[in-house]
Amino acid sequence: MNAVLALHGVSKTYDGMKAVDSVSFTIEEGEIVGLLGPNGAGKTSTINMVLGVLTPDAGDITIDAIDIGKDRAQALGKTNFVAVYAQVPGNLSVWQALYIFGILYDTPNLAERIRTVLTEYDLERFARTKVGILSSGEQTRVALAKAMLNRPRLLLLDEPTASLDPSSARMVRASIREYVRERKGAVLWTSHNMQEVAEVCDRVLFISHGRILLQGNPKTLPGEYDKENLEELFITVAREPLSLEI
Amino acid sequence: MNFSHVYAVIARVYFLVRTNPVRLIPMFLWSILTIVLWGFIAKYLVLVAGTTGSVLAVQFIGAILFWEFLNRVMHSFVMAFLEDVWARNFLNYFASPLTVSEYITGLTSVSAVMSVLAFLVMAVIASLVFDISLAVYGLFLIPLLLSLYLFGIALGIFGAALVFRFGPAAEWLLWPIPAVVTPFVGVFYPVSILPQWMQSIGLALSPTYAFEGMRQIIAGNAVSDMTVLLALGGALGALILAYVFFLFIYKRAVRTGLLARYSAESVS
Repeated sequence: MNAVLALHGVSKTYDGMKAVDSVSFTIEEGEIVGLLGPNGAGKTSTINMVLGVLTPDAGDITIDAIDIGKDRAQALGKTNFVAVYAQVPGNLSVWQALYIFGILYDTPNLAERIRTVLTEYDLERFARTKVGILSSGEQTRVALAKAMLNRPRLLLLDEPTASLDPSSARMVRASIREYVRERKGAVLWTSHNMQEVAEVCDRVLFISHGRILLQGNPKTLPGEYDKENLEELFITVAREPLSLEI
Repeated sequence: MNFSHVYAVIARVYFLVRTNPVRLIPMFLWSILTIVLWGFIAKYLVLVAGTTGSVLAVQFIGAILFWEFLNRVMHSFVMAFLEDVWARNFLNYFASPLTVSEYITGLTSVSAVMSVLAFLVMAVIASLVFDISLAVYGLFLIPLLLSLYLFGIALGIFGAALVFRFGPAAEWLLWPIPAVVTPFVGVFYPVSILPQWMQSIGLALSPTYAFEGMRQIIAGNAVSDMTVLLALGGALGALILAYVFFLFIYKRAVRTGLLARYSAESVS
């Protein structure tokens, strides 16, 4: 197995407070990994460091064996992302936005690729519509279409289905699973929907106070800690992490 | 440098202008108003001061054309930059393979097109309405304008760095920057009339040499190579310094987390 994403001893401190504390993990080809934790646990800081918009104080991050600290542009060319706090600019049409980001991610056969993702995410009728006037769910689908443009080796999804209706969310989960299976890509997925995480992810990492507390298969992990399901385990990690006897 | 990335930055501004041409109004309206206002002032000068007035009129119109060009260069650069501030686009851009140098080159190219168009509009009005031709500057027009272009971009990059550092609310810091420079660089008068401390500042700024060269040409004198060299070399130096400053601010924003949380304006 080849690690698409590898973090080794990554730390980040803000004003004396450790947001991420010596985090290490890998994501292999064809693997979907859920990064779970309460608000402020360090998930977004970890994702931002992988995206190169936050420099770690210590440790290193490689994407497809390329060190992001040494060759940022090449490493980021193998990624793409969806995050609720990084919306596609609202004053561009859907087609224009996909065109701009397609060029930035060096997407081959861009016009054809744009047509494909518009179809995949049911956006053809919005191609000439400005992103800003779409509903939040439609905007999320635009962000997902943008994220899939360059067929990234590593896809970072920060709550990608948060504003989608159940039908669209199911469609998105299916399309991402298919992408991982067909392209041998890797996905780092954060979500507060534990049912979704259990359904989609091959492995989950629980992070709290900047440290990875436990990890494993989302279907078997709750049982290992005498919990009924992933949601109960999440609540325990968030409220009583010491009770887990890790 | 990946020029397709530069093209993407330019294409985004092109799409914005095509979608809503209102964006062009400030680029051309102020230039037209400025040249019309100063054109009539120049006409009045000729009327009341005869030959002396004619020389001053040509000098003033030249000065205003050159200065407005520098203003347009800076303003079109920062307008394109502010589009990304307003749309909260930094995270999308800088989490992609786009580099800072490609981004700055894209904004610089946008500024070149916008400012040259605005300059041409002003030059046509000066020629058709007020019978003042830029032909008087001959080939010296090229290095003098180039030096003002480079200095305008330097001001734009410096202003953009301030907004990057202090957040969207710092936008108001941008607009007065050229006005702060104006008294020192002798747009309408030789810097020799300034107090010594102002002269010292003026002589360190490259537009001083461009405007001095312009006045020399109007007075019928040759422009020395040194003047052209100082105008171009100084502008290039200012551009390099501004870029290094922007890079410093950018790296700091990535280190502190400001880039990832830009709308918060501060991470402390």
